[in-house]
Amino acid sequence: MTTDDPIHTLSEAVNQAMDIAMAEDPDVFALGEDIEDPIGGVMKGTKGLSTKYGRERVRNTPISEQAIVGAAIGASLVGMRPIAEVMLMDFFAVAMDQVANHAAKLRYMSGGRTNVPITIRTSVGGGRQFGAQHSQSLEAWMMHIPGLKVAVPSTPRDAKGLLYSCIFDDDPCIFMETMSLLFTRGPVPPGRFEIPLGVADVKRAGDDVSVVTWGWQVPEALAAAETLADEGISVEVVDLRTLVPLDRDAILRSVAKTTRAVVVHAATQFAGPGAEIASLVGHELFGRLSAPVERMGAAYSPVPYAAELESLHYPERKRIAATIRAMA
Amino acid sequence: MTVSTTQPVGSGGSNEGLTDDAALRIFRTVTTIRSTEDRIIRGLSSGELRMTYYTVRGQEVIPAAICEHLRRDDYMVTTYRGMHDCIAKGVPLDELVAEMCGKVTGTSKGKGGPMHLSDPQSGLMVTTGVVGGGLPIAVGLALSSKLRGTDQVTVVNFGDGATSIGATHEACNLAALWEVPVVFVCQNNQYGEHTKFADYTRSPSLAERFRGYGMEARTVDGNSVPAMHEAAAEAIGAARSGSGPVFLECLTYRLGGHSFGATTEYMDPDELSQAEANEPVGRYRRWLVDQRGIGEDVLADIEAAVVSSVEAAVEAAKASPPPAPEELLTDVFSSVEALPR
Repeated sequence: MTTDDPIHTLSEAVNQAMDIAMAEDPDVFALGEDIEDPIGGVMKGTKGLSTKYGRERVRNTPISEQAIVGAAIGASLVGMRPIAEVMLMDFFAVAMDQVANHAAKLRYMSGGRTNVPITIRTSVGGGRQFGAQHSQSLEAWMMHIPGLKVAVPSTPRDAKGLLYSCIFDDDPCIFMETMSLLFTRGPVPPGRFEIPLGVADVKRAGDDVSVVTWGWQVPEALAAAETLADEGISVEVVDLRTLVPLDRDAILRSVAKTTRAVVVHAATQFAGPGAEIASLVGHELFGRLSAPVERMGAAYSPVPYAAELESLHYPERKRIAATIRAMA
Repeated sequence: MTVSTTQPVGSGGSNEGLTDDAALRIFRTVTTIRSTEDRIIRGLSSGELRMTYYTVRGQEVIPAAICEHLRRDDYMVTTYRGMHDCIAKGVPLDELVAEMCGKVTGTSKGKGGPMHLSDPQSGLMVTTGVVGGGLPIAVGLALSSKLRGTDQVTVVNFGDGATSIGATHEACNLAALWEVPVVFVCQNNQYGEHTKFADYTRSPSLAERFRGYGMEARTVDGNSVPAMHEAAAEAIGAARSGSGPVFLECLTYRLGGHSFGATTEYMDPDELSQAEANEPVGRYRRWLVDQRGIGEDVLADIEAAVVSSVEAAVEAAKASPPPAPEELLTDVFSSVEALPR
């Protein structure tokens, strides 16, 4: 992408989205562990915001994930737009009653008389030797609960636009900030900028094989595509950006063209999002595919600590390239 | 643990502020709660009605007294054992009963059911089916009042069983830390589902335990209207004035099993029959006549009017259609466009 937009990290882009949302709407506020300055969030996402907007609107909490999410839900029921931070996605396990039984269901259980316009920002580990409890990509878990929207940006630009949309969306949104991308840099449009939820982005156009992916697997897929281009294999990389809503049309459009698809994700492969997408492609494009849909997800194991094992746990560029090569 | 049913009406409470008008409003509320429960049980027993039902018999006085001090724009959160709270907060009876029956005229168009009653117009924001799940949400509702600079108060009701779950402790600690205007109303009915209080905790007093979070906490006879009326006035007044959360342990007694059809074999039969003999609605009625000099005819008129409004609500619910098939996929998201296909 050629652009004159200023270059920022993904973390800075996240910060900008919150800054603009808070400036625009007094009902937007943030809560979470260590989000106030001087820490500004352990991943620095809220850096400077408590100084700018005060500690009433950017609120530190105790280490209480149930209370963080629950309090966000409560305030949102009467029209506020809280941005809750759950430090790591693994800690959703602690907060899951509030997430799954309350945030996701209150609109439906009230027959549409209440709604939960919260955003839960969370860091997702992986590839950084944080071990089994600080590295999980749990998007499949979120997708399986009707009522939650799930966004996973792969670039600073997407992070800003998607987060802004999540904050002002009328449903609960899980916003996954993958740690290995947080300090990568890219152009970010200044000022108010939104990307609608449910619109995928073709990060690289190609003709032979479609890679359907999101989050930190996007750069892995792009690297594989670059390698394969030298070998004469043209790879299209479709970045879904949100998993709920799912841009079904973008997936089918790409695979109808290439007739070959690989779904790549950091979530566990078994019963992972790739199964849903492979089923969709197989069903809708039955008879038009040149190869069975391939799935590449995390191994069916807790995330190992040793770097040698962890690199085997997640799909990475070389193995993605090998899979594509075998089917092209 | 002092079981409240052994205490005389009015112990620990003052009649100050409990005017005849207020006393009769409370009587109407507890009578409506009792009458609705009796009618539902009758309908369930005969097969006329079908729903999951968690008895509130014996706990009527607590929300009736509390809601005397709440405004319509104050918020309330309750649990699956919360029909009494809903009625006291002012959820329209017709819509309440219709919802419990799964009908389209219900508060949630029949999509929530008896464990998920909500009626934001009357301030009843959430009914949760998960023990303890409402407390963190109540902290957030109260936080909204603080951030917006209003003087609205949030009341969250829960049973003594909820004091054993983590969410309760996270919520109480956070509420005290943030000094938000929430009143934690623990309706201590002596049972956590099918287990007696003494069989799940060594704590002699819940008020004492929760005072440790740095908030006001007191124990009150939840079956005494004057005591509850006074305690609620203080607690809600304190929260409204900005002095932070209050924990009220309201001692009461659940006059039945966990849910309709459940057994009571773990309950001491002598204790249960004593509690039944001293049940709070009848006690309150006798007190109104004997101590307040309210005429029998006045109370009988209220009772007759309540019975007919309950009957009308049940008949309306029975006549109401179920939600249409299209309702299956609405209200999942703000728009059906977001649904996966």
